Amino acid sequence: MAQTDTEQPNEFFVIEEPHHGDDHEEHHETGTMLGFWIYLMSDCLIFGILFATYGVLGRNYAAGPAPADLFDIQMILVATFALLFSSITYGFAVLRMEMDDLRGTVFWLIVTVLFGAGFLYLELLEFTHLWHIGATPMASAFLSSFFFLVGTHGLHVLGGSIWLIVLLTQLGLHGLTPENRRRVMCLSLFWHFLDLIWIGVFSLVYLTGVLL
Amino acid sequence: MSDHAKGAGGTFKSYVIGFGLSVVLTLIPFWIVLGDVVDNTAWAVAIIFVLGATQMMVHIHYFLHVTLKVEAGWQVMSLGLTLLLLVIVLAGSIWVMFNLEENMMPAHEQIERVRNLP
Repeated sequence: MAQTDTEQPNEFFVIEEPHHGDDHEEHHETGTMLGFWIYLMSDCLIFGILFATYGVLGRNYAAGPAPADLFDIQMILVATFALLFSSITYGFAVLRMEMDDLRGTVFWLIVTVLFGAGFLYLELLEFTHLWHIGATPMASAFLSSFFFLVGTHGLHVLGGSIWLIVLLTQLGLHGLTPENRRRVMCLSLFWHFLDLIWIGVFSLVYLTGVLL
Repeated sequence: MSDHAKGAGGTFKSYVIGFGLSVVLTLIPFWIVLGDVVDNTAWAVAIIFVLGATQMMVHIHYFLHVTLKVEAGWQVMSLGLTLLLLVIVLAGSIWVMFNLEENMMPAHEQIERVRNLP
């Protein structure tokens, strides 16, 4: 009995070992990328539900302020471009990584995180402004759904930025290891996905809201 | 590892094309709203939505690099399923809630009706 007990973990270990070897490296990685993609799709459903909530409640102002009274479209345009620039600079970072250029990768990732921080700063300005003039989530169904949708997107960008900073530390410590490359590719998907969601936000919430 | 880097499929040119298209597709809707270009609001909203959807497809193609070949088609499959669910959720809830609102008696009429009850 004692023998099988000690033998089993060994056997298990031996069976597991080749998965970490070079032969299965590629297979392992594509699995991670697909898994991350499916996580993004589930995130997409969350945003879809928030968009639907906003679509249903977005015009119930409860005698409170309407979008045209609240939103500063020019500032939204600047925020949109901050995100769009951060998308292309992330793309440049990935291209640098494919050329095994650690310095270039780190440089473009830092530019990306700066644009992300700029976007977050503008959103913070907007939210504090709305809060000060009394347009809080408690004021109307429109504002509840607005803060829920835009706030969830903002939290995602904040999470992505923290991830980016952690990743920069990892890159600084260990360089372009296979693990770090995989992380850069996952965050790349996440970051471009957030920009994609923002297209829906500015089209539906800001532009359409001001027009109607 | 180099394999999945290839699978990511972006080149400098494709990123710049995607970025250029995105800039144009962002500027037009903002221009429509800021410049008060289109008189008919319904048309303006329709144009904004069409341009937004186009820009989303540009992002999916040029930045997220979704193609039929990646992951033996699983990426496209999961994207398709997600889109189907999104259409059901979005169109369904907006349609149902719009009908509900249309068929509800306005509040003041309801109050009148209760007052006139025998």
